[in-house]
Amino acid sequence: MTPLHAYLLLAALLFSVGLAGALIRRSAILVLVGIELMLNAANLNFIAFWRYGPHPEALGGVMFVVFSIAIAAAEAAVGLALILAIYRHYKTTEVDEVEGMKG
Amino acid sequence: MQPIPEPTTIGPVFLVLSFVTLAGAVAAMSLRNLVHCVLCLVVTFGGLSALYLRLDAEFVGLAQIFVYVGAVAILIVFAILLTRSGEVLGGVFSTGWLAGLTVAALVAVTLVVAIGRTDLRAAPESAVVKAPVRQVGDALMKEYVVPLEVTALLLTGALIGAAILAMPDRRSK
Amino acid sequence: MDQLFVNLKHWILSWSLWPDALKPLVSAMLTIAPILVVFPLMFALMTVIERKGLGRIQNRLGPNRVGPYGILQFAADGLKMLTKEDIVPRAADRVLHFLAPVVLIVPIMLSFSVIPYGRKMVPVDLDAGILFFFAVGSATELSIFMAGWSSHNKYALLGAMRSMAQMISYEMPLIISSLTVVMLAGTLSLVQIVEQQGGYLWGWLPQWNLFTPWGLAGFLLFFVATLAESNRSPFDLPEAESEIIAGYFVEYSGFKFALFFLGEYLGLFAISGLGISLFLGGWNAPLGILTWLPSWFWFFAKLAVLLAVFIWIRGTLPRLRADQLMNFAWKFMLPMTLLNVVVAAGWHYSGVAGWNLILRWVVCGGVILVAYQQLGRSFETKVTKRTYRYAE
Repeated sequence: MTPLHAYLLLAALLFSVGLAGALIRRSAILVLVGIELMLNAANLNFIAFWRYGPHPEALGGVMFVVFSIAIAAAEAAVGLALILAIYRHYKTTEVDEVEGMKG
Repeated sequence: MQPIPEPTTIGPVFLVLSFVTLAGAVAAMSLRNLVHCVLCLVVTFGGLSALYLRLDAEFVGLAQIFVYVGAVAILIVFAILLTRSGEVLGGVFSTGWLAGLTVAALVAVTLVVAIGRTDLRAAPESAVVKAPVRQVGDALMKEYVVPLEVTALLLTGALIGAAILAMPDRRSK
Repeated sequence: MDQLFVNLKHWILSWSLWPDALKPLVSAMLTIAPILVVFPLMFALMTVIERKGLGRIQNRLGPNRVGPYGILQFAADGLKMLTKEDIVPRAADRVLHFLAPVVLIVPIMLSFSVIPYGRKMVPVDLDAGILFFFAVGSATELSIFMAGWSSHNKYALLGAMRSMAQMISYEMPLIISSLTVVMLAGTLSLVQIVEQQGGYLWGWLPQWNLFTPWGLAGFLLFFVATLAESNRSPFDLPEAESEIIAGYFVEYSGFKFALFFLGEYLGLFAISGLGISLFLGGWNAPLGILTWLPSWFWFFAKLAVLLAVFIWIRGTLPRLRADQLMNFAWKFMLPMTLLNVVVAAGWHYSGVAGWNLILRWVVCGGVILVAYQQLGRSFETKVTKRTYRYAE
């Protein structure tokens, strides 16, 4: 059980917690929170492989995570704007209520 | 100049940090009050940042606090306030929660088994890894300049798009 | 004399009293203890001086009952805060209500650790010092939200949202104007940035970043952003007494209120310390002949001057409205800071050969002044002739 295994296990557990939350919770905002958790778990995976991999001086993992953080922030912004627009229309943020294809 | 920190092992610090991170994540997904969920998510982000710092990824650890705690968490908080989800009246779980939970459990089991069975040849623990910010900056400007510019365009598009999506409809009189 | 505190610390560490295993811990304690003592004391003194200074600006005496000339007012205030009843509203969220002041103070104390207070007197010498400072600085905004939301009070929530929006908006000019300095210094480490501003031209003229066109513009923008980041007048709409009672503090009493107050002022000290290190040359003396005074004296002297200017501005300028404040941040300060980055790059690449020495001053200064004037135009409202209506 090397440290790399430990980090990968932690990332896998974080990913599944995020997935569970995104699939189970009722509020759309919490689905987004679950997605952010999944992205973070993937970032942890990248950094762990970068650190314990063959060529840490190539900075591959770090670069990927930098871009991933930026893109996740942009995606959170757009997702929340969508949730706001939906709230304005349906007056609710629950994912069960937003089920008509019309409008 | 401070000495380079000790290389990582499965020591007590790692166990405490991973416990805090996982506990925060589980709490973030299971609490009733949305604002409490977001604050537990902030704890998770903090734990992850500490883990990145232990893995010698200095820039990423600090950027995680900067971007996620300082911006994304605040965005989510503003969204909660603007959609008045502060008080949750209905149920906590949506319909079909059992199927979702099963799927997540299956994914977890698959990943854990896959990781357990893989023979990962890791770098020796005493390898000194340095990723100074200067090198990250150099890489961003030399090898990774195209992704940098594309990300800049993406962020601009996301900014404009989010602003337009969230603007109230103007009814022309 | 300059290295007095460093030598003192090494001497205390060398006592045979400490077991070897505990030496790093003792060393860390010896570094942290002065920060924990000096800055709250400075906070206490500043509250007194601010009240007396504001009083004098407003043509009245400040507090003058406790101690000679009212100097001990801070002790009276402290005792009062400690002994007041700690009221938590019934509908408030107790855990968040309790945690909010803690979440405010901890990041601010962390941010004190990367500022160089004197030659070789920085608590933690990080390579990415400025990044660390801004990262923990952005964590304070969450505590303001926690305070406002947990109080379960409309006005508190409104004040918290306004304050958060203000802090996020002004974080951008703050960071981009520091980016200018980082770009030209080539390092994120505050210690190296201060050391690069050492040395004196022709033996006596200082080489601070302030004495360059981009440095002056950058410092002024940083200064205004500091005022806004710590919710100080003229940007104190979220906590103004005559506007929204006390904004997000309204449900706090006793020690927790004192902690918020402390946190706000400590944040002011931390960001001022950063501004001094980036633009005003840190612990370097202003003239070559004055280097016999210790470096930490110069740091605190510059800090005192900045704080005096903050108090002066508080007493003089009226408060900005919420929309005026946001317009100012996004439509004036952000373009100016971005232009500043470009101008600083131009300054750096023009070098000092021959005519360039004077030319770059003229060109860079000119660009900044023209931009300032043109951007300022968009804020002018038409000034019309006043019409008076008398009661007839």
